[in-house]
Amino acid sequence: MAESSSDTTGMSADGDLSRTPLHALHLELGAKMVPFAGYDMPVQYPMGVLKEHQHCRAAAGLFDVSHMGQAWLVAEAGEDPAAPLEMLVPAEIQALKPGRQRYTQFTNGAGGILDDLMVTRPVGELGADRLYLVVNAACKEADFAYMSEKLAGRARLERLDDRALIAVQGPEAAAAVAHVFDDRDLTTAPFMSQSLGRFAGEVCWLSRSGYTGEDGFEISMPTAIAEELTRALLAVEAVAPIGLGARDSLRLEAGLCLYGHDIDTGTTPVEAGLVWSIGKRRRGEGGFPGAETIQAQIADGAPRRRVGIRPDGRAPAREGVEISSESGEGIGTITSGGFGPSFGGPVAMGYVRADHAEPGTAVRLTVRGKAQPATVVALPFVPANFYRG
Amino acid sequence: MSKTYYSEDHEWIEVEGDIGTIGVTNFAQEQLGDVVFVELPEVGDSLDQGGEAGVVESVKAASEVYAPVSGEVTEVNDDLADNPGMVNDEPEDGAWFFKLKLSDPAELDDLMDAAAYKKFCKDQA
Repeated sequence: MAESSSDTTGMSADGDLSRTPLHALHLELGAKMVPFAGYDMPVQYPMGVLKEHQHCRAAAGLFDVSHMGQAWLVAEAGEDPAAPLEMLVPAEIQALKPGRQRYTQFTNGAGGILDDLMVTRPVGELGADRLYLVVNAACKEADFAYMSEKLAGRARLERLDDRALIAVQGPEAAAAVAHVFDDRDLTTAPFMSQSLGRFAGEVCWLSRSGYTGEDGFEISMPTAIAEELTRALLAVEAVAPIGLGARDSLRLEAGLCLYGHDIDTGTTPVEAGLVWSIGKRRRGEGGFPGAETIQAQIADGAPRRRVGIRPDGRAPAREGVEISSESGEGIGTITSGGFGPSFGGPVAMGYVRADHAEPGTAVRLTVRGKAQPATVVALPFVPANFYRG
Repeated sequence: MSKTYYSEDHEWIEVEGDIGTIGVTNFAQEQLGDVVFVELPEVGDSLDQGGEAGVVESVKAASEVYAPVSGEVTEVNDDLADNPGMVNDEPEDGAWFFKLKLSDPAELDDLMDAAAYKKFCKDQA
């Protein structure tokens, strides 16, 4: 038996790996650790990927996402930092109200995606002159340098390396978070909103968002209280720690993109099906990198589209698998794929030529040299369970 | 009287007469994690020692299963197709993959016995 595809169980012990403030707790919880984006991260706990995935959908899962990049973008001259940030992203940021959060992407001159990120205009107490950003771990150094350079003179970047970030996700997540913060109002906090919470005398920033398709919160806190807060959440019976393995299968079932796989500099937000995240004003006005390409694709359609791919059989189709038409013509590639524990079968997403992107289209996947039948399907594979009030 | 041998690729083969029953070891299933798909050879397939005999996929990755010795496939465990999780639950028992009529029993000399395999795993961990 030998590994034939990329594996997350690699045991290389790289001494240069960074550690999150929860590293010791992961080891105490029996996590299997792997290198990820320069960090030594838990890929799974003793429960295992499958059960962790199911636990998150049925109760609540806790994820350490402290490796992600948190930063303030602070206006230099009394202006709204949303205006300079809009030079780099296609979302409507200026109209974002205090305490509201939005998903967007840094685009390049060709309309490709440099990274995707969450932008929050913080609640009033945190300052009206700033935006709170969360970017991908693997891209954070590049993102921060890019913003510092491009926005120099108008907005400055303040890294928040002294803060940890955890996500609590699942149908029991809001109740668990409200219990630990002793604040029932958190259970009715709107989707994609920010609230403040106090724990051990420190202020935490809670956003009702996540990366699993489930209801839940992402909680930013000073590193000094990270372990204590995490232990308090894990003490709630419904909450179990979840590793990167289940995080990946959860987001894949939810149809959410993983940067570097489903989106990258070679894919536009239009091809990726992210037009919903582009503000209406911005579609007309442009003024972000690659606007001409993106506006043209919105008007005329993109040549290829990100779609869900459901293998008809039981064999998972993983990243890199070629997608062809029923007549054998190459029409695209799988960008993420595996087994969907809640879906109960193999699930994948990838890009196909626009004329094969309609749900229900029959395609072929070349898995280990054999053509396997599959079907283009609408995303997500598992319906989103966000809090809608 | 049967005897069980182990390969460096973490397959086991239990030999009785000229028939070998093949599966993956407990060490292998622990490394794989939750198994979600198994692809087996077909009855009548002629396999060479070290040649690809099947695939086992976990939530994490796909791994090939190799024939620890040469021979002709006489039987496959169809239960695995519907219940791949058996590989995690009973890897060295109910979750056998296929049976093979050995074409060259001398190839068994290339494999390890239980004690040697145990040491091999310890060195890998």
